[in-house]
Amino acid sequence: MSNMQSTTKTPSLLARALDSDIFYSFTRSPITVISAIVAFVMITAALCAPLISPQNPFDPSTLNLMEGFTAPMTPNEFTGNSFWLGTDAQGRDLFSAILYGSRVSLMVGFAAVGFAAILGITLGLLSGYLGGWVDSAVMRVADVQLSFPAILIALLIFGVFKGVVPVQVQDKMAIYVLIIAIGLSDWVQYARTVRSSTMAEKNKEYVQAARLIGVPAPMILLRHILPNVMGPVLVIATIGLALAIILEATLSFLGVGVPPTQPSLGTLIRVGQDFMFSGEWWIILFPSIALLLLALSVNLLGDWLRDALNPRLR
Amino acid sequence: MTASTAETLLSVEDLKCQFDVSKPFLNRVLEREPKRWLKAVDGVSFSIKKGETFALVGESGCGKSTVARLVVGLYDPTDGHIYFDGKDVHNIKSNAEIQTLRRRFQMIFQDPFASLNPRWRVDRIVAEPIKVFGLMSDEKKIKERVAELLTQVGLSPADGSKWPHEFSGGQRQRICIARALANNPEFLVCDEPTSALDVSVQAQILNLMKDLQDTLGLTYLFISHDLAVVRHMANRVGVMYLGRIVEIADSKTLFEEPKHPYTRMLLATIPDITMSGKEKVIMKGEVPNPITPPPGCTFHPRCPLANERCKREAPALIAVSGGQSVSCHAIEEGRTA
Repeated sequence: MSNMQSTTKTPSLLARALDSDIFYSFTRSPITVISAIVAFVMITAALCAPLISPQNPFDPSTLNLMEGFTAPMTPNEFTGNSFWLGTDAQGRDLFSAILYGSRVSLMVGFAAVGFAAILGITLGLLSGYLGGWVDSAVMRVADVQLSFPAILIALLIFGVFKGVVPVQVQDKMAIYVLIIAIGLSDWVQYARTVRSSTMAEKNKEYVQAARLIGVPAPMILLRHILPNVMGPVLVIATIGLALAIILEATLSFLGVGVPPTQPSLGTLIRVGQDFMFSGEWWIILFPSIALLLLALSVNLLGDWLRDALNPRLR
Repeated sequence: MTASTAETLLSVEDLKCQFDVSKPFLNRVLEREPKRWLKAVDGVSFSIKKGETFALVGESGCGKSTVARLVVGLYDPTDGHIYFDGKDVHNIKSNAEIQTLRRRFQMIFQDPFASLNPRWRVDRIVAEPIKVFGLMSDEKKIKERVAELLTQVGLSPADGSKWPHEFSGGQRQRICIARALANNPEFLVCDEPTSALDVSVQAQILNLMKDLQDTLGLTYLFISHDLAVVRHMANRVGVMYLGRIVEIADSKTLFEEPKHPYTRMLLATIPDITMSGKEKVIMKGEVPNPITPPPGCTFHPRCPLANERCKREAPALIAVSGGQSVSCHAIEEGRTA
């Protein structure tokens, strides 16, 4: 009898994905397809940065100060080298810097979203399922936090970090602190969404059927409730990724993010704004366009995902 | 084991369950309101013999589903005792003992669309009790058992690899029954198992449940508001009103000679095909708010036989004849025909 199941196998995951409503709505939306391609290209380029980029902007030995302020597509007057997107004050190739910079931005963005999601989902599940004082405590903290702008919280965490950690290791740890700061300023959304879905799910009868046979609460949360509350989380996480990238750029722009030796897109923009009115327009323009494309494409993908997963909008 | 416990599988004594429906603490302090309690179940007693089907009927909000949830341990009672096979269910401390007890009963829920995890395949759903109770460890044997269970409830073993949303309501209820049978329980609590189904499917599910009762020797606690279904299924029936049982009798007696005025009212609502000329009592009024139940007999505002005593004094459940018990002053005093 057991081999009867294998004969009536449901179609493969890929086949079902290509046949699904979500894929259909994807192909029907040109903006989404373009965003997906842009996001895919930018993420792949960032991941393959060491293979694509002509120079390693993090390695000062490859830089030539003589090549500073070279305009895009024009040969340098001293060395004769030409750069697609020009160079900055230290002779860093902007194309390479953007590739490496979006790498930092994406890494911080993904890690911060992951951190915020794990924290928010855990707290949301617990407060939704347990209720009572756990719920009150978590949600009051969330309320208080929502009354501050995210950037203030991130700045506060950064300020504390600068005050506590010795100067020598600050540069090394800055990126992790950045991740924690962005994550801590963003978990509330996940917690609230997961909490409300959990409260709806926990009273459904399949959860009661599990409680009835004595499935322990952590198992019920992980195996029964969590898979059923992940839909909205996916949407928030996608839009949250764009927001995290922007928040990282903002913090780096303000000078509290990653150090200039490992520039992210935000750092590049900050560096570039010094030269904005002195004729070297390319130093700020190209990193800004890269940031815009990245954030916009991810955001549009998130918007589409939200609509595609909402049965009322189909 | 004494003779009486061998006969009785489940007995419930003076079961009470209150829910705190007060406003939040701060609002209570500011608005000077006391705590408010909803007495969902207020002193219910009954017992079920092995192999029997005991039904609880009543309008919505009378506490019948709460009784079901109390019996299986989803809610903790405020007061009273539940004895399953002679053991006080809520007085067991050791976890292992609770699990051995849990293995012996199961529940079928009302809404077949909410009672199956939409992200689990059917075979995983049906296998869950087997795994939780550690009845089998060999994956192949579990698979065979799941296939056997699905066949038993009239589905195909191949259905195991499908998702719940691929099934209709009746088929989903069959899956629920398969899951409920997975740990070989002796006692099934059925909380309105057919009220979400089409009439044609209702009969199929009810007959399936009857067949399973015959082949597996199951005992049912059957919760329903549908008197026709209860008449078809039950050996004994308890009629509930506002958290109390107002009448308990054998199914035959209850439907042929209802005593309590509320039972009569309920039975009068069943459409009668012959329109036999009996005086129809029209069901009037609504169930009062259980947060502020009327004093005395809770049924007195709707009762045609109510007098001053009914407004003051709550009647007790008194045996009338041959297993029929009624809680009504009018019956006790012989004020009724």
